[in-house]
Amino acid sequence: MVNIIEQVINGFRTGSIYALIALGYTMVYGIAKMINFAHGDIIMVGAYALYVFIVLLKLPVIVAVLFTIGLCALLGMMIERIAYKPLRKAPPLAVLITAIGVSFFLQNASLLIFKANPIKFQSIVKVKTIIIGDVAIAGITVVTLVVTLVSMIILTLFINKTKAGSAMRAVSEDKGAAQLMGINVNRTISMTFAIGSALAAVAGILFLCQYQSLKPTMGALPGIKAFVAAVLGGIGSVPGAMLGGILLGLIESISKAYISTQLSDAIVFGVLILVLLLKPTGLLGKKRIEKV
Amino acid sequence: MRTDKKVIRKPKQLLTMKNLLTLTIIIAVYLMIAALVEFHILNRQFTNLIVPIGANIILAVSLNLVTGFLGELSLGHAGFMAIGAFTSAIFTLNVNMPGNPEFFLAIIIGGSVAALFGFLIGVPVLRLRGDYLAIVTLGFGEIIRSIINAISLPAGLDKAGKLIVKKGTMGLSGITTYSNYTWVYIAVIITIIACANLVKSRHGRVICSIRDNYIAAESIGIHVSRFKIMAFVFAAFFAGVAGALYGHNYSNIKATDFGYDKSIDILVFVVLGGMGNIKGSVIAAIILTVLPELLRSAQDYRMLMYAVLLIAMMIFNSSELKTRMQESDKLSRITRLFKLSK
Repeated sequence: MVNIIEQVINGFRTGSIYALIALGYTMVYGIAKMINFAHGDIIMVGAYALYVFIVLLKLPVIVAVLFTIGLCALLGMMIERIAYKPLRKAPPLAVLITAIGVSFFLQNASLLIFKANPIKFQSIVKVKTIIIGDVAIAGITVVTLVVTLVSMIILTLFINKTKAGSAMRAVSEDKGAAQLMGINVNRTISMTFAIGSALAAVAGILFLCQYQSLKPTMGALPGIKAFVAAVLGGIGSVPGAMLGGILLGLIESISKAYISTQLSDAIVFGVLILVLLLKPTGLLGKKRIEKV
Repeated sequence: MRTDKKVIRKPKQLLTMKNLLTLTIIIAVYLMIAALVEFHILNRQFTNLIVPIGANIILAVSLNLVTGFLGELSLGHAGFMAIGAFTSAIFTLNVNMPGNPEFFLAIIIGGSVAALFGFLIGVPVLRLRGDYLAIVTLGFGEIIRSIINAISLPAGLDKAGKLIVKKGTMGLSGITTYSNYTWVYIAVIITIIACANLVKSRHGRVICSIRDNYIAAESIGIHVSRFKIMAFVFAAFFAGVAGALYGHNYSNIKATDFGYDKSIDILVFVVLGGMGNIKGSVIAAIILTVLPELLRSAQDYRMLMYAVLLIAMMIFNSSELKTRMQESDKLSRITRLFKLSK
């Protein structure tokens, strides 16, 4: 029983990291109708940025975290401006290949700067393990859960209550109509990329504190998993990404503990395929009727 | 009264001038490769590249069928390749037959099993479209990889006549290296001819019509799913063949060789070569397989430049600059110049 509870809590921890990344995928998809394959590598950039700020520049933790988030938001906006904006009217496949190109670029740039050998990193989270009854919850787990919860609440409030948030929703609904209503579409898209990348930076920091090791390809696997989570929840839907991420984390951690470590990836993707067959637009996705 | 016009069908001429010319070129290229290899004009490094180049050509041409002609993004092509490589290797490890017929059967089995999987996965999955299909093919490739890692593989009999069972994560080793330039060359030629003819045929035109506008295709009574599956199975078969050739080039194979990265590599061949262009896929596959070997010394920078080029090319392809250049006829003048200089 204790074991199951611990596995579920672990699942929530990995799941909430996936959810944070999946939010970036889903928001960008909702607004720009593209799969941003480079999103996973922003996690990696965030992790390396934290390492540079803390270990090499010896900045205080809070400042370093804020700088990291800011840097990633800026990077996300820059990527959009340079690589994706010229392709607004291009076919989706062209945009996808460009995104793969950006992902290659980020990975290889960090490979050149930091070399391929993994770098060790001391976690910045100094929260002690909490013990409730027989269940021990690691400090990093508590921090991850709290940070994710807070980010999600802020994001939901932002999207639903503020003017900029309504602009985002309007642009994802209908770009042309939004423009007619006086919304600056370009600025809104830039802002979406910035928010998505900032969330990825938060996920990167949490991921780094969890695994305490850095390498240039570290963003690829969580990136793909988070993408799966976004599709599972219905790509384009913000609550869907949260749900999909948490579900994916739970499935993964439980199948790792009770079925097989090697098969856990197969099970995750198997669940995705099953869900898509039953509900082709994901759990919370809206069905679009195509008109001729 | 209806006057039926009798359609007189001419028997299809196989021995036209054009076909003879193509045949001569095919044989000439083969003799050239054979001479290069047999007289040791190519150094070891490049001789070893011949099989990977061939396998990549087959992969690129077959993926082009799905991505270029059918217009559906597939991110799991390496999964079919893995199936082909592992089934054929299990076959040659467990069966005792004289060399060449055994390898021929292994290639056919590798391709067929991959095609079967293409069908099994295609039937339920191809109801999806676009991004959702892409993510499912990606997931499928990963499922194949992790299942191969999780199961145990029969790897032939040892000297005492007992069956050796290998763990999936260890991969298979001790595979006889049957692949050589002759096998690969024949497979490449067959793949190209089969794909080119499929595309030119009635079925091929149907496949292209689905890409151009699937609603229009559906409305004139085309069974979209059936043709999607057809293209998928066809592509999976050749990916399996490529896997078999690839696997029998190295004496050991592992499931991690056929991961998501490999699928992306193949996709890049197709996109760089031009979607829906078989010649382009062949050229891109050759260049992008040889290039890394030529640029060994600057390998890190090579990938960085490659990424920049990829982005720049995609942006240029859909930019106003290109349309303007095409309108002012500059682009075609440049290509004409290029052709003349060749």
